Amino acid sequence: MSVISEPVDATATVIAKPRRSMAWLGILPFLIFALLFLILPTLNIVIGAFQNPAGEFTLANIQKLFQPSILASYWISIKVSVASALLGCLIGFAIAAAIVLGGLPAWIRSPIMTFSGVASNFAGVPLAFAFLATLGRLGLVTVLLREWFGINIYAHGFNILSFWGLTLTYLFFQIPLMILIITPALDGLKREWREAAAILGANGFQYWTMVALPILWPALLGTFALLFANAFGAVATAYALTGSSLSIVPIVLFAQIRGDVLQDPHLGYALAFGMIVVTIIANTIYLWMRARSEKWVKS
Amino acid sequence: MAFLEISNLQKDYAGNRVVENFNLAVEQGEFISFLGPSGCGKTTVLRMVAGFETPSAGSIRIDGKDVVNLKPNQRNIGMVFQAYALFPNMTVAQNLAFGLKVAGKSKAEIESTVQEMLALIKLEELGQRYPFQLSGGQQQRVALARALAVKPKLLLLDEPLSALDAKIRVSLREEIRSIQRKLQITTIFVTHDQEEALSMSDRIVVMHKGKADQLGTPFEIYNQPKTRFVASFVGTINVLEGVVTNPQTGSFKLNGTELSLGRSLSKLKMGDSIALALRPEAASLGQVARKAGQLQGIVQDVNFLGSVIRVRVKVGESVLSLDGFNQPLVAPPKAGAQVIVSFSPEELLVLAD
Amino acid sequence: MNFWRSNRFWAWIALSFGILYFALPLIGTFEFSLRMKRGEYSLEAYRVILGDPRFQATFLYSVMMALLTIVVGVLLVVPTAYWVRLKLPRWRPVVEFITLLPLIIPAIVIVFGYIRMYNTSSALPLTGSAFGTDILMVAGYTVLALPYMYRAVDTGLRTLDITTLTEAAESLGANKITILAKIILPNVLVAILSGAFLTFAIVIGEFVFAALLNRPAFGPFMQLIGANRAYEPAALAVIAFSITWLCMGLMQLVTRLQQHTQVKQFR
Repeated sequence: MSVISEPVDATATVIAKPRRSMAWLGILPFLIFALLFLILPTLNIVIGAFQNPAGEFTLANIQKLFQPSILASYWISIKVSVASALLGCLIGFAIAAAIVLGGLPAWIRSPIMTFSGVASNFAGVPLAFAFLATLGRLGLVTVLLREWFGINIYAHGFNILSFWGLTLTYLFFQIPLMILIITPALDGLKREWREAAAILGANGFQYWTMVALPILWPALLGTFALLFANAFGAVATAYALTGSSLSIVPIVLFAQIRGDVLQDPHLGYALAFGMIVVTIIANTIYLWMRARSEKWVKS
Repeated sequence: MAFLEISNLQKDYAGNRVVENFNLAVEQGEFISFLGPSGCGKTTVLRMVAGFETPSAGSIRIDGKDVVNLKPNQRNIGMVFQAYALFPNMTVAQNLAFGLKVAGKSKAEIESTVQEMLALIKLEELGQRYPFQLSGGQQQRVALARALAVKPKLLLLDEPLSALDAKIRVSLREEIRSIQRKLQITTIFVTHDQEEALSMSDRIVVMHKGKADQLGTPFEIYNQPKTRFVASFVGTINVLEGVVTNPQTGSFKLNGTELSLGRSLSKLKMGDSIALALRPEAASLGQVARKAGQLQGIVQDVNFLGSVIRVRVKVGESVLSLDGFNQPLVAPPKAGAQVIVSFSPEELLVLAD
Repeated sequence: MNFWRSNRFWAWIALSFGILYFALPLIGTFEFSLRMKRGEYSLEAYRVILGDPRFQATFLYSVMMALLTIVVGVLLVVPTAYWVRLKLPRWRPVVEFITLLPLIIPAIVIVFGYIRMYNTSSALPLTGSAFGTDILMVAGYTVLALPYMYRAVDTGLRTLDITTLTEAAESLGANKITILAKIILPNVLVAILSGAFLTFAIVIGEFVFAALLNRPAFGPFMQLIGANRAYEPAALAVIAFSITWLCMGLMQLVTRLQQHTQVKQFR
């Protein structure tokens, strides 16, 4: 790539030298906006996490994150995010595979993709209402299961205001997001790869584990990271669903911003900083694994 | 019994018969080409042999065993695809090892076979490269080696050269043929390129509309085409329309001149019209003593192709192509010149419709 | 073949499972929203909600916010994407990275940053007035929409291959304004519109920004109803879902219209 692009760049610098400072200006509004409303506010929180109320540098706020109640919040947050991302990936993949490879009628694809677009954007407060109306104590499914099948899911320990309830609710936007992203990737699997594997003696399982999944792996990983961040930062659904009965990190942070429930503003910054750290770790793992598994892709 | 026997093969797609009554017997070690335009059914036959398509009727036997009900991965066949189909996530060496790995071969055996295959295609240094780092020609050689690594009984090549540049195409077809000779592997080669088929094959099946029009050696296909389609698809032909005057002696009238094929036309009777094919290289410019057939015409254009010069001459309503060797001391005729086209009537091919 | 039959069998299983999972909450919500009057199905919950003056006020406010966000987003994204493609290809990774940041940094962290950075004792005390807070709201929503908006427009520009098109048109004697107006804009318009509908769908029910910046938007209103009422929330969910569906439907519609015109052009 460098071989081809170098001469082009060279001529570009020669010709465009006087105009270069002008070209810069074209994206200045964008850069200023990003700085003011995205980057600086975030940095502000990060800095706040390392300051005491007097504005001096300290690690005390970060240390306070390791108290059991806050660690527990992170733990349940990460659990919900991983569970909903993992299940979202698996189920979304199964449905996408059914559409692309399952030999279903072709007309079925378009409505599913449209619906996925809708459902992946149907998050927040109304989604919580929908699941309360379905799986809450008086919800349709709860009532039907009790009246038709005699199964009282609440007696069996299910609660919509719990880890599994939240995970089940998040899946409503996680699965469609996965379908939207992975369907094009599945389309990209060439028929010849499957046929070449078959004629070389591989069975379906071997084709999937040795060829198809390794090829899809970067896309799967990327979607998983995205779904994880999607669930990890979600506030509205959880808040409207559980109020503050399930203390996942975003809910604790929400309550802290509203009323300083931690009675320590700088601990709030540390809490937010922790959220950034988790999403950055998730994305770094993703980028690292993608780089490892994508050596074979044209640079 | 032949090594590969295809009998009465038939394939229907949604009411369309794309392959009809296809029969073929291939001997061990033979190189057979399926030649025909796109949509003639040649690839469908190949895919039925490979097991990717199920025949609607008929049988396919490899080495005496009916394979119609076997899955592709149970047939022990090697196949090379038009679009390389190398696994992009694996290095060259891993691609070559794939078939051996799924067959559960030992590490040592895999390693030695991979080296052997790399040597066979002369890419010893590129074992650790990924497919995207190779040229099209290199990729196709790897694909060939990958197919051969599992020591298949039968090698299927599905237009393996058509995605490549002209120069690489020629060198690779020689390489494929020499590897095939070295390994003595029975091979079916599908192509729409008559030059490839003529230069590589032991025998050629010319296919047209789902049927095998003719089966024969390249020499037979070119010089004794049985149908008008075969004659026109393989090489260039000029078609002359004559009228039979005496079926027993093979005499006919062409542009008012009475000529003789020198062989009887048993199936025709006097007064029948007859289509006769003339290869461009069988006709000459000017009068030639041994050539009784003569036609008057005007040079339309002259194409200098290097060793060969193709002259197109307008004779009556039709245009004839003539190929002559380049002679450094003789300038070719100019457009508009009055010329005589001469040919031996014995060399004319009678075309059935 | 047996192989295919079993494959298709599993495909149907996966699909049925999916349909069940996605249909039940929708049916459940709709059924629940009709149950307000005892013993009969009625639209009572909808009547109550739609008649609520707070519904009208917050909904209108959120619509205004969404429209403003779309305008700001378009003004910010379109020139930037065009300029980066045409003149600053080396900046592309940087700009793309920035546009993807909102997918990584949780929205609640960003709004927390606003509250800390623009508080009443800061140099730019935007949170001090309703107008200033509204500016923060629009800015925040623009940040949320950035990944979708930028990608939509950038993809639209890529399919156009603007560099070649610009050069080709210039070599035919067209000036830059003609190129922008006649070639670039009509095609990017579709990308802008689809980005706009998506933005609308995101902003209309947004909760975190509005709740923490304390503005009277539709999201917090829904939450408030949810905390105090039984049947109206279900009606609200149905309304919100319909709006999302409408936005996505319009998005598909414009995309399809564009494909249609493109085919026509090629003919």
